[in-house]
Amino acid sequence: MPRPSLNLSANLPDPDGFYADLLAAHDGLSKAESDALNARLLLILANHIGERGLLREAIQLAASTYRQNNT
Amino acid sequence: MTKIFEVPLYPYQRHKDQDATTPVRRKVVIIGAGPVGMAAAIDLAQRDIPVVILDDNDRVSFGSRAICFSKRTLEILDRLGCGDANVEKGVTWNKGRVFFDTRDIYQFDLLPEDGHKRPAFINLQQYFFEQFLFERIQELAAAGKEIEIRGRNRVEAIGAHPDHVRLEVETPEGSYELHAEWLIACDGANSPTRRMLGLDFVGRVFEDNFLIADVIMKADFPTERWFWFDPPFNRGQSALLHKQPDDVWRIDLQLGWDIDREAEKRPENVIPRLKAMLGEDVEFDLEWVSIYTFQCRRMERFRHGRVLFAGDAAHQVSPFGARGANSGLQDTDNLCWKLALVITGDAPETLLESYDWERVYGADENIMNSTRSTDFITPKSEISRVFRDAVLDLTENHDFARPLVNSGRLSVPCTYDDGPLNGPDCDALPARTRPGSVACDAPANGGWLLDQLGAGFTLLSLGVESPESVSAGPVSATRLALDAGENDTLAARYLGGQKAALYLIRPDQHVAARWKSFDETAVQSALALASGQS
Repeated sequence: MPRPSLNLSANLPDPDGFYADLLAAHDGLSKAESDALNARLLLILANHIGERGLLREAIQLAASTYRQNNT
Repeated sequence: MTKIFEVPLYPYQRHKDQDATTPVRRKVVIIGAGPVGMAAAIDLAQRDIPVVILDDNDRVSFGSRAICFSKRTLEILDRLGCGDANVEKGVTWNKGRVFFDTRDIYQFDLLPEDGHKRPAFINLQQYFFEQFLFERIQELAAAGKEIEIRGRNRVEAIGAHPDHVRLEVETPEGSYELHAEWLIACDGANSPTRRMLGLDFVGRVFEDNFLIADVIMKADFPTERWFWFDPPFNRGQSALLHKQPDDVWRIDLQLGWDIDREAEKRPENVIPRLKAMLGEDVEFDLEWVSIYTFQCRRMERFRHGRVLFAGDAAHQVSPFGARGANSGLQDTDNLCWKLALVITGDAPETLLESYDWERVYGADENIMNSTRSTDFITPKSEISRVFRDAVLDLTENHDFARPLVNSGRLSVPCTYDDGPLNGPDCDALPARTRPGSVACDAPANGGWLLDQLGAGFTLLSLGVESPESVSAGPVSATRLALDAGENDTLAARYLGGQKAALYLIRPDQHVAARWKSFDETAVQSALALASGQS
């Protein structure tokens, strides 16, 4: 069985609804509280994925996107 | 009361080597009578290799320093004949507890299974540990082994030659020259040997200070390792409390980078910090206080011709994880049987290259683990603190986050996967006893498996017909035949679902190779490989 790779096609049902939930969770939070929430959310999602290869790919993708937009 | 570390145990005595007209050549000289140097000396003496330890001091270490001695260290001490003395005096523990702010968020058990002679850890002051090793040295000397410690013998100069090492040794009565066929440097993190030979020691410096204090108090905290992240009594920093014998407690408080080290060490500053932690009414005495910083680094190579480095002299880690003294004992465990085979001419000198490979591998594993613990315990950026706190916040109510909590990954022996001495593996057998791993202890013959392994190579036969001994050149492996039929623990650890298995186990109790049946040529070839003959 080939190793699963990161799904980079649009995969979110109701994308606007998800985005609204994400923003709503941060409503009224300070920058520090928001950072903490994001960190908890990331850890929860990472644990759910539970696949080191996928997580490594996702980290690399996020890091390279940052660099591209800042060079 | 006089403490053991205040008494000269091996006071300076003039030795006839000092009056020799031409420098005397000794088989093995060890520099440093700390835990690592003494363990090396005992191991070699037990193998009938004459050994001399030179130490610039004449007594055990001042203050308790290393305190957590791991299961593997205790197993090595059993082989060296002083396991019981250490375990009887030490405080046995398996459990740890983690606090975040005022909340008790997590407990762990380091040895959740039965069927091992030794516990996960004992806590014991380094001075007692050294005392028991010293007593073992005296016992061996009394039994006629060529082993001695020369107190207040400080090595001032070293000359490395192809077939020996020349030492200039300073004593209270002047200096003398001594030659060593082999030199083992166990002279600590600031190794003068390393400096005198101009060798590298590179790695990472951590910008943080820790207050370490051993206090004597009557307290009824349980025998557990307690670790705090960001407690009210040491805001924004970490803290540790751990029990030692004789009502001595280890306290470790993170202080941060910008502090006045000399001022922080003074009792008028130390005592209020401890009272904030222990409570205003708790009575205690300070036995030892120090401030330390640490680095994670190692030498590029642990062998330089006839000079071998072991312990902190070769590699240094942060204290989180108890990987200092414990890894040093694993160094000598790995080195001494190899050096003995080379000295007796039973193995070529190239066998020592495997010491370098295997213990550099072990040091890298220890440095990686201790660096990761340090990055968790003392976050170095705003975002790393955010993630650290997120893990701790989630941990209290969610099991999934617990494995991410890193208050120190406590020392377990390294498995030399893909090591140069490893022979064939058999995938059908359990992964935990694969080649490169330390043979896992188990009950056997009414005692314990590791106690029944020989000083040399062992051929552990489980339901396999095999001869009493197999030889490759001058090196032999002796059979230990066991019946795993009624012994579920032994079967689970060595057979998995298989009916039979044959393990070739090295003198340091690491598995060299394993099979499901006996084939003399295969065993001979694995034995030749494991003893550096092929």
